Order: sequence, then structure tokens, then C-alpha cells
Amino acid sequence: METILEVNGLTMDFGGLRALDHLNIDIRRGEIVALIGPNGAGKTTFFNCITGIYLPTQGDIIISPPKAEGTHKRERINGLKPNQVTEKGMARTFQNIRLFPNMTVLENVMIGRHCRTRAGVAGAIFRNRAMVREEQSIVDDSFRVLEKIGLARYVNDQARNLPYGAQRLLEIARALATEPFLILLDEPAAGMNPQETHELDELITRIRDDEGISILLIEHDMKLVMSLSNRIFVMDYGKKIAQGTPEEIRNNPVVIKAYLGEEIDA
Amino acid sequence: MEYFFELFLGGLTRGSIYALIALGYTMVYGIIELINFAHGEIYMIGAFTALIVASVLTVMGLNEFAILVLASIAAAVYSAAYGYTVEKIAYKPLRHAPRLSPLISAIGMSIFLQNYVLLAQTSDFLPFPSLIPDFEFWEPYSHLLRSTQLVILVTTTVIMVLLTLLIKYTKIGKAMRATAQDRSMAMLVGVNVNQVISMTFVIGSCLAAVGGVLIASHIGQINFFIGFIAGIKAFTAAVLGGVGSIPGAVLGSLILGLTESFATGYVSSDYEDVFAFALLVLILIFRPAGLLGRSTMQKV
Amino acid sequence: MMPTLSEIKKSFLVSLWFMFLTFPIMVIRVNTTEKLVLWRWENMAYMGIGSFLLSFVWRYMLWRKETGKKDSESGTLQLPSFFERILSDRRYIVPATAAGIALVAIFPFVMDTYQTNIMITALMYIVLGLGLNIVVGLAGLLDLGYVAFYAVGAYTYGLLNHHFGLGFWTVLPIGAVMGAFFGILLGFPVLRLRGDYLAIVTLGFGEIIRLILENWNEFSFGPSGIAQIARPSLFGIQLSLSSSIIYLYFVMIGMVLFTIFVVNRLQNSRIGRAWIALREDEVACQAMGIDKTRTKLTAFALGATWAGMVGVIFAAKTTFINPASFTFLESAMILAIVVLGGMGSIVGVSIAALILILLPEYLRAFSEFRMLIFGAIMVIMMVFRPQGIVANVRRSYKFQPDKHS
Repeated sequence: METILEVNGLTMDFGGLRALDHLNIDIRRGEIVALIGPNGAGKTTFFNCITGIYLPTQGDIIISPPKAEGTHKRERINGLKPNQVTEKGMARTFQNIRLFPNMTVLENVMIGRHCRTRAGVAGAIFRNRAMVREEQSIVDDSFRVLEKIGLARYVNDQARNLPYGAQRLLEIARALATEPFLILLDEPAAGMNPQETHELDELITRIRDDEGISILLIEHDMKLVMSLSNRIFVMDYGKKIAQGTPEEIRNNPVVIKAYLGEEIDA
Repeated sequence: MEYFFELFLGGLTRGSIYALIALGYTMVYGIIELINFAHGEIYMIGAFTALIVASVLTVMGLNEFAILVLASIAAAVYSAAYGYTVEKIAYKPLRHAPRLSPLISAIGMSIFLQNYVLLAQTSDFLPFPSLIPDFEFWEPYSHLLRSTQLVILVTTTVIMVLLTLLIKYTKIGKAMRATAQDRSMAMLVGVNVNQVISMTFVIGSCLAAVGGVLIASHIGQINFFIGFIAGIKAFTAAVLGGVGSIPGAVLGSLILGLTESFATGYVSSDYEDVFAFALLVLILIFRPAGLLGRSTMQKV
Repeated sequence: MMPTLSEIKKSFLVSLWFMFLTFPIMVIRVNTTEKLVLWRWENMAYMGIGSFLLSFVWRYMLWRKETGKKDSESGTLQLPSFFERILSDRRYIVPATAAGIALVAIFPFVMDTYQTNIMITALMYIVLGLGLNIVVGLAGLLDLGYVAFYAVGAYTYGLLNHHFGLGFWTVLPIGAVMGAFFGILLGFPVLRLRGDYLAIVTLGFGEIIRLILENWNEFSFGPSGIAQIARPSLFGIQLSLSSSIIYLYFVMIGMVLFTIFVVNRLQNSRIGRAWIALREDEVACQAMGIDKTRTKLTAFALGATWAGMVGVIFAAKTTFINPASFTFLESAMILAIVVLGGMGSIVGVSIAALILILLPEYLRAFSEFRMLIFGAIMVIMMVFRPQGIVANVRRSYKFQPDKHS
């Protein structure tokens, strides 16, 4: 399969601190890839760099969105703003849940549709036919996403009143609504109970299989990582220390050493 | 050239008073990331308290030096008490609220205190007694630097040094620095954060009171509204230097004082306040971190 | 609930503290020219009793808020306010609306011009409140210089009328455009600033505009202002004073309805949702593909448009404008309306504008304490009821489960 995201020599310095050190990562179409590593290894910083929240010091981030058959264009996206990155087709979730707490669940997802629709101020005021139709499609599309994720029963609830696990799912729903070709999940299973984690496992697989969306996730739950991922990248101190299939990673002495003191429960 | 020196020294005087107020903004911002809008009013209340106490003591017939000392102490005590109370009422319940809430609360507090003094006292300008004695020195250049200005410069310098020592070497100073750096970490290692915040307000308010007494005796009149403009200017100075940075606040204040002094002296005094506002707008647009401030990256 | 002994002791200490705190300012009054000192000990007694009682209320409200918070976390709703209960009850809402419409229609005919004038002012503040509500309530941008755009509108009409004799209806849209233009002009450089810096910069801009109007005599006639601005005409007919006030009243009613219509449509639109998302979480909002700068700028410009229009109406109503009408306190007053009403809530802001403008007019005892109360309201609302008297309720959508599943 073709590569859809290519990160070459990505480096990020904060003052004197090197948080990311010449990182090379690639993701192919239809893959589920996990990014693991001890706390503070720079995983979230990596997410922030490729989604435009931080401007990396060095390196290239190149995407090739899978368009129609065969035609795909390589594009360097360093320096794009976060919203432009999302528009290009990479959406993310946050480690510490960042929903819009006082909006309803449906509205949270509708925000995801923002960059795929275009009604402006005049459209909002005059509500001409095209805008009414667009608004209706936003509502319908968003509802469909909620059904897919299994949150339909919460439609009109305020996001902040959702149970914790549902909030994590809502973040995924919101990201899905932006029609991405790649979703970046930052610790999606954090704080979930085993039952919820199991459902999440199925959900992520389903997103990949049904929608053809590739997935890059940061996760500490090794059981989930091992069962889900096609490939795994391991980071420590801002560097990539290993990569490979779950089987290879499990038996890699370098990885085991990096995790010494941190238990791998797989 | 003499005119230049006069403006320069005038600017330094002005700047050193701004610094006393700016420190309060910067210290509070450093610790709870709040623009304490009511800080200007604390300074105004300090000046009013000094005026009231001085007048009462004058009627009672105390000597000038005793009046100066007692009025200053009263101003500092009352400003500190107001600063402390304002924090307890308007900011403490909002520690975990969205960022705009304490800011709006602060604006409300500022308007409240202005009108409280307006209603309880008067809307007129009150003549402020010249508490600082006039004495002869530096003849024949005394027209360049009046003795009150000299007192202001000396007092502010001494206070800055004391404050620096306090923050560097005392226990509360260390606790303040720790809290400013990472509040939850400070709490974990046993710093009483609420107490540190209260102390910060108390210290900042005392400084503002000293500024209030000094500037009121320099200018010679006060009313309920002086805190608003002075507050904004001091805030400008704090931002110019880099909010949260104590040397920054002093540097920014001196630059603002000099800018105003030269701009009104050489350009036009009609737009005196416009210079400060324009400077504020320009810094925030082009260098929001200020001269000595570090630009902080938002945590995601 | 009986206050316990320890609570009485607590309140007693609070009252002692406040008697000490307010002693110099409240009790002593000096006449510096005649060297007289006036002791007003009765104030100390009032202060002591007042703060003793208020401290109970304060603690009770804090306690109520805490329990309310716990309730909402466990799923039950927050306590509805008095207004919310009225508004959600069908039995009240229909007759109340009917009575309201009737009252609005006959008001200027049964009341004298003085009363009508006050009502026009209140209606103006409804529109100003709703305009600022777009910026502060929906988009979460604390704009403390809102009055600058109001001034822009007023001077647009004042100057165009003075120099070129342009009429009210011609200038009204021009005022709107000028407001929006200045909104974009000022907004563009400052909107990437963080929330609290934005507040200060807008405050600075507001003051700069006022100071320029005050000092640039050739342009704005300085502090003496512009007089004899034409009142609005009806199809070119100049009306008598009293009928022109009635006319202006209905213009204002139309304006309020228009504003409510537009704001209501905006807040349930793609743009409106983007504003609210921006208010809720800027980072997440951007990560969801919303252009932060552009969204902020639309909010800022649209808010300013309303201020510009009301500015034109203000100039036409008073026929005289000068910079003294456009101080920071004016901005603060409009902000107090938004804060009291509830950020983002159209009904709340309208009710709050009526309360805050009409009460001080009709209760004379209030008028002196007006700004004091405005300040207190901002603090109290933020501490105890940040969602305002009528919380903004988000629209809910209905779905037929069979249609989609």
C-alpha cells in the first residue's frame, strides 16, 4: 500500500531541550500504527508537531492524501496552521479530553463538519435554500457519525455531562466528522475500563475497515496496542528506538530496556 | 540640554512610581495569571487613606514628620487590607473557573471600589498635603530635580532592593517563586498556596500604597478616578517589561515614564495618555512577551 | 436552617473586619480647605450590621452553588433561576408575551415623552448588549473597548449630518459599515492575543479613540462636540418633537426585533457554533478545522456593526454628541448587561438591559448607586451564577430512529 504520511528527520527544540530528535515515521494507507514509549518520550509533542500546533525546528512532514484511484499528490505541510492540517485530512483527539463542554454532543460533532461546509454570515442570516440544505446535511451527517460510534442516545446532552468513556468516544466522533484520511488518537483508552477498552478496540478496527481511514495512536495499554496495530514505533527521549510488527517489538531487547521499571503487561 | 535633563529626571520620577504599582500587577499575574484590574483602585484607596489620616492628624496638631510616617503606614495597612479582602471575595471563589470569569470579576471590583470611594467621599479633586518636606540641595540645579522627586527616587530604589531581597532570600519569597513556576507542584511539596496568593496581594498592595502617597504628594491632588489611568499605565509598564518578571516591571516602568515625559515635553501634552495606550497596543501586538519576559508555549 | 454558634462567630469577625476596613473612607470625611473633620460614626454601625447579615447570605449562596455543582455532576440539572422558571412554564409564557406586545404597542401613547425617552434608551442598550453578546458571550472575546464602535457610529452620523446634511436613514447603514470596518481594523492586529491581553488592548483602543475625539478639534470639534444633529425623518417629513420621539421609539422596537432575529439565526448556524466552540476551547476548535483568526474577526466585526448602528440612533436621539458619552464606563455598563443576562443568552441579555437601565431611572434611590451596583453585579454573577439569570440553552434536534438506523 502507498505511504500517506511521511515524517523525515523531525526535530523539535524547546529552548535548550530537544524534545524530538530526528524522527522518521511513515504510515501507509489502511494501517493502524501505534506510537509507544515511556512517559515524556515526546509522543504528544510529535502529535503537536504534525498537527501544526507546534512549529517543528527541523524536518519534513509530507502527506499524500489518497484521492481518486492512482492520483495522489505529495505535499509538505510544515508550518500549516492546525485548522489547515485538519482540512488536509488529518484529525486528532487529545490526551486530556478537550471537548466543547457546554455544547451538545451533536453540536460537538457538527463542529467537525465546519471545514467541509461553507455557509457564511449572510447565509446564516438569510437562510437561502442552499444554506438550509447544507445545514440539514451537517445535522444528518453528524448524527450518522454518532450512530456509528454508538453515542446516538446522547445526541442532545451537554458534552460535559457524558460519562468519561463516552467523552473519549465523542472526541473520536468529532475527529471522524472532519472526513480525515488519517486519525491521530492520543491515548484513547486512558481511563477506560476493560469492557470499554474492548469496545474501543472493535471500534477502531471498524473505522479502519469500513471507512478506509488509517489510524495512528499513542497508547499505554499494551494489550490494546498489540491486538490492534499493524506496526509499532517505539520512542524514548525524543528518539525512535525501534519499529516493527507487534511480534518484533515484543521481543526487542532495546524496547524492553527502555521500559525497564515500566511494566509491559502483554 | 537643561530641558532635556529636566524631562529625563521627570521621566525617571514618573517611571519609578509606575514601577511601584506595576510590581503589584506583575507579582499577581506571575502567581495566578490574572490581570488584577482592581489594583489601580487599591493604589487610589492608599492615597485616600493617607490624605484622610494626614488631615485628621494635622487638625490634631502633630508635627510634620510624624504625620508623614503615620499617614504612610496607614495607607500601606489599609491598601494591604483591601487587597487581601478583594482577593478573598472576588478571585478566590473563581480559582478554577474559566479564564474570563476572574477577569470580569476584577473589572467589576474596580468599578465597585471607584464608586464606593466616590459615594463615601467626594467626586471632587481633593488637595493633597505636601507630606514630603521641601529642602534645599544640589544648588543651583534644583530646578531640574525637586526635593520631592529626589525623595521619590530614593524611596523607590530602597523598596525595590528590599523587595528583591524578600523574594530571593525569605521563606515566603521562595514559596512565591515556587508557586509562580508550578502551582500544583508547589502545593505537593507543602507550600500553602492560598497563603502565598494572599501574601502576594498584600505585598503588591503595600507597594501600590507607597506609590499612592508619593505621587499624591508630588502632584498635589487626588480623586476617586486616579486609580484607573495609573492602573492602566502601570499595567502597560508591566507588559512592556514582560508580565510576571519583576526586573521587567521596573525596566518597563522607567521606559514608559521617560517616553511619556519626552513625548509630552517635545511633542504635545494633549495626547499624554494616548502615548501610553499606543505603546501598550504596540507592545502587545509586536512583542506580547515583553522585553524581559519569556514567551511561554501553550500546553496541549 | 438555624445558624450555628460558630457561624455567628464567623460573621461577627467578618463584620469587625469590614468595620475596620471601611473606617477611614466611610467614617471620616475631611474638608481640606477649612481643616474640618466630619466623623460619621453611624456609617460604621450600618457597615457592621450590614456585613454581619450579608456574610450569612454570602456563605449560604456559596453553599448552594457547591451543592448545585455536585448535583449537575451527578446528572441532575442546575437550579433554574426565577426567570428561567417563568420562561419554561407555558402557563406564564403565552399571557406574558401577549401582555408584553400590548404594552410595547401602547407604551409611547399612554406615557409622556420623558418616559418614552427612557424606554428608547433601554431598548438601545438591549441592542448594544446583544451586539456585545456576540463578541463576549458567544465568541468569548472580552472586548472592553466596545464603546469605541458606538462612538464611531455616533460621530459618523454627527459629522455626515453636520457637513453634508445626510439624513438618518442614509447614515444608518453607513454607521453599520463604519462599525464593521473599525471592528476589522482594530480586530485584525489584536485578535491573535490571548484573552486577557485582548481585554486590555481593546480597552486601550477604546480610550485612544475617545482621546482623539477629545483632542482633534479640527475633525471632531473636541470636547464641545457636535450639536443640532437632525432627528430621524419619516419619508422626508420632519416631525414635531413629541411625535419624532414616538417615531424613534418604534424605530428602536424594530431594531430590537431585527437584532434578536439576526442573533438568533447566527447562534444556531455554522458560524455561531464556531464562535461557541472557540469560546469553549481554542486549541480543540482549531484542531477541528476552524480558522481561529477569521472566526474571531467575524465576531468582532459583527458585534461592532451593532454598536455602529446604535451609535447613529444615539446621535439622532440626543441631537448632540461629545466624547464624554463614550468613556470606559459605558463599555463596562454594556458588559454588565451581558454578564447579568447570561453569556450567549438573548432573552437574558434583553431582560438584563431592561433591569439595569430602567431600575435606576424609576427608583431614584438607586440611581446614585448605579455604577456601584453594576460593579457588584459583575463580581456576584461571576462568583455565584456565571451562566447569568437566563442560561443559554443550546438547541436540541429531533431524529426519527428508524430513518437513520
